[in-house]
Amino acid sequence: MQNASPKPDCVYQLEQIKARLLLRAGLISSIRQYFDAAGFAEVETPVMIKAPAPEEFIEAPQAGEMFLRASPELQMKLMLAAGFKKIYQIGACFREGEFGRKHRPEFTMLEWYDAGADYNDLLKFTAGMLRHLAVFTAGSSSVSYQGSVIDFSAEPEIITVKDAFLRFTGVTPEAAMEADRFDELMVTKIEPVLGRGRPTFLTDYPAARSALARLKASDHSVAERWELYLSGIEIANAYSELIDPAEQAARFEEAASARVRGGYRPYPPPAEFLQAINAGMPESSGCALGIDRLIMIFTDADDISQVKMSPV
Amino acid sequence: MFSASDLKKGLKVQVDGEPWAITEFEFCKPGKGTSLYRCKLKNMITGSTIDRTYRPTDKLDKPDLEEKEMYYSYAEGDFYVFSDAETFEEMHVSAKMLGRDKYFLIENSQCKMLLFNGLPIEITLPTFIEKVITDTEPGARGDTATNVLKSAKIDNGYEIQVPLFINTGDLVKIDTRTGLYAERVSKA
Repeated sequence: MQNASPKPDCVYQLEQIKARLLLRAGLISSIRQYFDAAGFAEVETPVMIKAPAPEEFIEAPQAGEMFLRASPELQMKLMLAAGFKKIYQIGACFREGEFGRKHRPEFTMLEWYDAGADYNDLLKFTAGMLRHLAVFTAGSSSVSYQGSVIDFSAEPEIITVKDAFLRFTGVTPEAAMEADRFDELMVTKIEPVLGRGRPTFLTDYPAARSALARLKASDHSVAERWELYLSGIEIANAYSELIDPAEQAARFEEAASARVRGGYRPYPPPAEFLQAINAGMPESSGCALGIDRLIMIFTDADDISQVKMSPV
Repeated sequence: MFSASDLKKGLKVQVDGEPWAITEFEFCKPGKGTSLYRCKLKNMITGSTIDRTYRPTDKLDKPDLEEKEMYYSYAEGDFYVFSDAETFEEMHVSAKMLGRDKYFLIENSQCKMLLFNGLPIEITLPTFIEKVITDTEPGARGDTATNVLKSAKIDNGYEIQVPLFINTGDLVKIDTRTGLYAERVSKA
């Protein structure tokens, strides 16, 4: 018999992660069913965009005259402005320079918006969806990840950023920001202990960390924003969307000048988005969830390369 | 100079004037926050470890490290002298740095020497060396079991556990990484 030529490494790697990729296919199919049943329409917005949202630490790769999207946020909000009420999207997003166990420059995002909902509604919806997905993808509402169990049927833990800082670092978030140690303490002291045993929602970020979130009506020092953690890994980010045109323009300007100060390349201003928000955007909430990381949790994988084909 | 984004497991960096190896590395980026590079560092001289978190703007010095092929020549008091294969330059290494390895030095054996700022900080001997057993109690006659061990000594007094069938005068192979008996080379 003639000897076949050896297979390329990527084919061997795919053979090794085949079972996980099939579970991934099942997860995505379950997500679609869940959203479809909840009355959402699946949409597709352009992957190549003209003006990324100005954010200090997120680098959208340049693609010719345009950019690859770091997130579909602004485009999906333009759909809300056009009267869409409940929309979701699953697709590739790109962030230059992000590479690690939980990061790839190209990753898959699930993002959805619900007109009329606030971040609390979204929290309940997300917890319910995770419970459903755990059963349908991992086969049980209790999932073991890297030796520790997450029970998705348990009531999720809800803790504010302020309480988390006080409990796990002994300083207030304001003091941490003052000392320029907010991110460092978050990564070394807080994130690793969140989402142990059950999902954790870290809520009410300081206004200075609000991104595109609306400030809380009862307390303007914090924003209506949460992040979901499972087993120490950040899975999703959500907020009650900011729709105040003046506030939005001010935050974009602030982020744009922070990018200049930090030596990052400037983005073209998102003029059409600002115009849409000026013309009136409905109250809504939105969430972005990392599909690759969720499937890592459900299949007990410690690196993204085990749940996603690597570039060839 | 290294940028924080150059950091990875295995890289050697200079911190506070000393050489450190990165033994664990993780890229982190809290939601909407800055990139952070979490490292566990092992001091290449003392072996102590520290945790450090670096930011994208941080710069780290590159340690002046050099690896050389050296030959062991002779002992001089508390020092052991190695010579460079090409330049014949001699380098004195203290007994303290060699630790257990001082018992496994064979004249003219080729070793790897790691130098920091021109001074030796680590010697790697050949993985296996051969030594003659100079003293051991005779094993019970006909006992060839390999899982029962007894004490034996080599010429410089180093004590090693060997199987019962090893006798004084036998040549044995020793694993320098573990300091343990590996196999018998030849009988006395």
